Amino acid sequence: MCLGVPGKVIDTFDEDGIRMGTIDFGGIRRKACLEYAPEVDLGSWVVIHVGFAISTVNEQEAARSYALLEEMDNLEYIDLPQDPDGVRPEHLPGGAV
Amino acid sequence: MTPDPPTASEEAIEREVRAFAMRCPVPLEPGDTVLLGHGSGGALTQALIRDLFVPTLGGDPELSRMGDAAVVPLPDGTRLAFTTDGFVVQPAFFPGSNIGELAVNGTVNDLAMMGAEPLALSAALILEEGLPLERLAGVMASMAEACERADVRLVTGDTKVVERGAADGLYVTTSGIGVIPNGVEVGPERCRPGDRILVTGPVGSHGVAVMSRRAGIDFEADVRSDTVPLTGLVHAMLAAGDVRCLRDATRGGLASVLNELAQASGVSMTVVERDVPVLPAVKAACEMLGLDPLYVANEGVAVAVVAPEDTDAVLAAARAHRFGAQATVVGEVGDPPVAVRARSGLGTTRPLIMLAGDQLPRIC
Amino acid sequence: MKYVDEYRDDRIAMALVERIRATATRPWTIMEVCGGQTHTLIRQGIDQVLDGAVELVHGPGCPVCVTPLALIDEAIAIAKNPRAILCSFGDMLRVPGSSEDLFMARAAGGDVRVVYSPLDALEVARRNPERTVVFFAVGFETTAPANAMAVLQASRLGVTNFALLVAHVLVPPAIMAILMSPGNRVQGFLAPGHVCAIQGWREYEPIAHDFGVPLVVTGFEPIDLLEGIEMLVTQLEQGHAEVENQYVRAVERDGNPAALAVVNQVFEVADRAWRGIGVIPASGLKLREAFAAHDAERLFPWAGGIPASESEVCIAGEVLRGRAKPSNCPAFGVECTPATPLGAPMVSAEGACAAYFLAGRTKEASPA
Repeated sequence: MCLGVPGKVIDTFDEDGIRMGTIDFGGIRRKACLEYAPEVDLGSWVVIHVGFAISTVNEQEAARSYALLEEMDNLEYIDLPQDPDGVRPEHLPGGAV
Repeated sequence: MTPDPPTASEEAIEREVRAFAMRCPVPLEPGDTVLLGHGSGGALTQALIRDLFVPTLGGDPELSRMGDAAVVPLPDGTRLAFTTDGFVVQPAFFPGSNIGELAVNGTVNDLAMMGAEPLALSAALILEEGLPLERLAGVMASMAEACERADVRLVTGDTKVVERGAADGLYVTTSGIGVIPNGVEVGPERCRPGDRILVTGPVGSHGVAVMSRRAGIDFEADVRSDTVPLTGLVHAMLAAGDVRCLRDATRGGLASVLNELAQASGVSMTVVERDVPVLPAVKAACEMLGLDPLYVANEGVAVAVVAPEDTDAVLAAARAHRFGAQATVVGEVGDPPVAVRARSGLGTTRPLIMLAGDQLPRIC
Repeated sequence: MKYVDEYRDDRIAMALVERIRATATRPWTIMEVCGGQTHTLIRQGIDQVLDGAVELVHGPGCPVCVTPLALIDEAIAIAKNPRAILCSFGDMLRVPGSSEDLFMARAAGGDVRVVYSPLDALEVARRNPERTVVFFAVGFETTAPANAMAVLQASRLGVTNFALLVAHVLVPPAIMAILMSPGNRVQGFLAPGHVCAIQGWREYEPIAHDFGVPLVVTGFEPIDLLEGIEMLVTQLEQGHAEVENQYVRAVERDGNPAALAVVNQVFEVADRAWRGIGVIPASGLKLREAFAAHDAERLFPWAGGIPASESEVCIAGEVLRGRAKPSNCPAFGVECTPATPLGAPMVSAEGACAAYFLAGRTKEASPA
C-alpha cells in the first residue's frame, strides 16, 4: 500500500502554520504538505502520498542506478514480444515510430 | 440521518409499491435500493437495464439492442435514429465545458454513432430553487453555441423547478432525432474476428477534467473536457470504408465500450496497452488517483471497429478531421469466446472486465 | 512522467526477466508485502513470466483488507450518526462489514465523504463546526505521518470537532508473524518501498539476521520489482541473508526523521487485530493519551454487537500469510468474486484475491 507519485516542487507557501508546496506531476498540479521534506526547495523532486511529501527523490542515486540498468549486457539482444495484432507504426499517431 | 416513522399516507403508498412489485416480472427484494454504481455505465447499470427495465417494459427488440440510439423505421422506409440522455454532471461547470454543451454534444454523438445525420433536439430542464439565473443563462448560451457548431436545431423543451436541496443546481435531459442515410449500417453486433479497433483521440480527458473540480479530489490540471460533436468525423470515417460499429466511450470508458461490443457480437477483443493514446496530464492524474485511463469517461472520443482491409483509409479519414487528429489503432477483434483483454509490454495479457460500479480512487 | 515512465521501459524489463531466469537454479518462494506491489506484479503478469524461476506469494500488504470487521462496523455506525461526518479514502468504501459497507451506508443516508488527504478531512471539520468529522485512519507506516499531522493541526488550530478512527498497522511485526508461523514457505521478501521511505530499513536487519532471510527494499514500477527480485534471487543463490535497497531514489536507511518524530508525538504502538490473521502484538498504532480528545473510539463508544464471523469457506488467513494462493481457494471466482466477496482480500483492488480475479487467474490445485 502506498500510492506515492513523484512530482516537482514549483512553489512553496505557508498555510495555517505548516509548510506547503505546489507540486507539478507532469501537467497536473496539486498542493502538498512539505513538513516531512524540510530540505526541499523549488525544483526539488519529491514523492507524494495522500497529499504529503514522504521523501525527496535522490536524483543522483536515481541516475546512477538507472545507468547501470541501461548498461546491462543482454539489453541489445532483447526481442520484444511480437504483437500478433501487428500494430503497424503508421497506425500510431505521428506516423512511424 | 435516521428517517422519521412513515405517516399513514406514506404507508398507503408503500402498499401500492409493494403491490406493483409483486406484479413485476423481475423478483425484487424489499430493501433493494438504487446505488450510485447503477449510474456508472458498468455492470450494475447493464444489469439494471437488462434485468429490470427491459423485461418490465415488455422486452422491445430495439430496446434490448441497447445501442447508443434506437433505430425506428418510418412507414416510408426512412430510418429515424432516436436517443435520450440525462445529464447530472457535478460540478455543472468544469474545465473546458459545462453541462449544457455536454448535453447537446452527448445527444448529437449518440445519433452520430448510429450513422445518423442529427435533425433536432429537445431539452428538458430540472432546476433547483435558488439557482442563480446567471448560471442558467450561461448554460443556455452554451447550448445555443453547441447546437450551432453541431448544426442541429433545438426545437422544443420543458422546464421544472424542484425545491432547494434537490437537483444539485440543475439537471438536463436531451432527446434527439436524426435520419440514417440509406446504405449506412452500423451496429454493435457487426464486429468480426480480424477487425481492427480504433479510437479517434486520447482517452480519459473528460473524466479527469470533471474530477479536477470536485471537492475532495481537487487539483489544477492542464486538462480540458474533450466534449465535441463527432458527426462530421463519423461521416468522414463511414465514407472511407466499412466501419462495423461506433460507440462514444462515455461512462465506463474504452474498456466498458469494448465489453459491450464484444458481448453484442460474440467475439473477443485485445487492446495493446501502450498504443492507447492518453494526454500526459491525464496520465499523471490517473497515476495520482490510482485510476486506469481505460475506464475513465470521455465525451469526444469514438471507438470504431473497422474491417481490416479498410483500416488505413478510415484512419486517414479520421486524422484528416480536426477532431480525429490523434486517431490510433489500439487493438484487434479475435475469435470467441467473448472476452476483452489488454496486452502488456512484457507480452502478458490481463482481462479488461466490466467494472461493477465506478472506479474509486485508491491509496494503495 | 519523470521517475515513472523510465521504470516501465519494456526492454529493460525483459532483460531483467532474462537475468532472473538465468540466475535462479531453482524456484525460490518470494513474498511482497505491499498491496501496491501486488497490483503491479499481477497486472503486468510478472509472476507469469517468472514462472519456474520464482514463485511469488503475496503478503498481507493491503491495510484496507486487514482492517478488522469491528472497526468497519464502527465506521458505518459513525457514518449513520447524524452528529457525525465520516471521511475516508476511496478504497475503504466497498469493504464489507458485518452486514453492509460504507457505500451502502451512504445510500441509506449516512454522511460518507471520500477524501484524497487527511488534511482535506480536517478542512471538512472546519467547514462543519456543528458536527464531528471522523477520519477513518487506515494504512501502514506510510500514511501514519499524514494522519498524525492532521491531528496535530487540529490540536494546534483548536479544531475540536475532528477525530481519527485509527486502524493503522505496522509491517515488520507482520513479516515476523509470517516467518514464525508453522509451514512458512517464504524464503525472501520484497520490503515495501514507501513504508521504508518513512521507517527506513534498520528494523529489518535483525529480522534478516535472526530468521536468515534476505529482504530487499523495493519500489513499485515493473523495473523496480524486477530489479528487487533479481537482487533477492542473487542473494538466495549465494546463501546470503541481508537487507539491501533497490529503491535508492526514495529510501534511506534511517528513513524520514521529520515524519517519524511527528508520528511518535501523536501515536504509540499497540496490539492490533488483522482481519483474517488475528491479533499480532505490537503491530498497530493508537493515539497517545494527550490526543484522546481526537480519538473517535472514545467520542463514539462502540455499542454495537459482536461482529459477524467470517465465512467458513474463506481462506484469507492462508492467503495473507502466503501459505496459499487465491487461486487455490475452492470459492475463488465462484461464490467469491469482487462483486460478492467472502473475505477481505477479494474486496480492495490491492487485495491478492481481487488482484488475481481481475487478472483472470483461474483456480488451480494447492501446492503439495
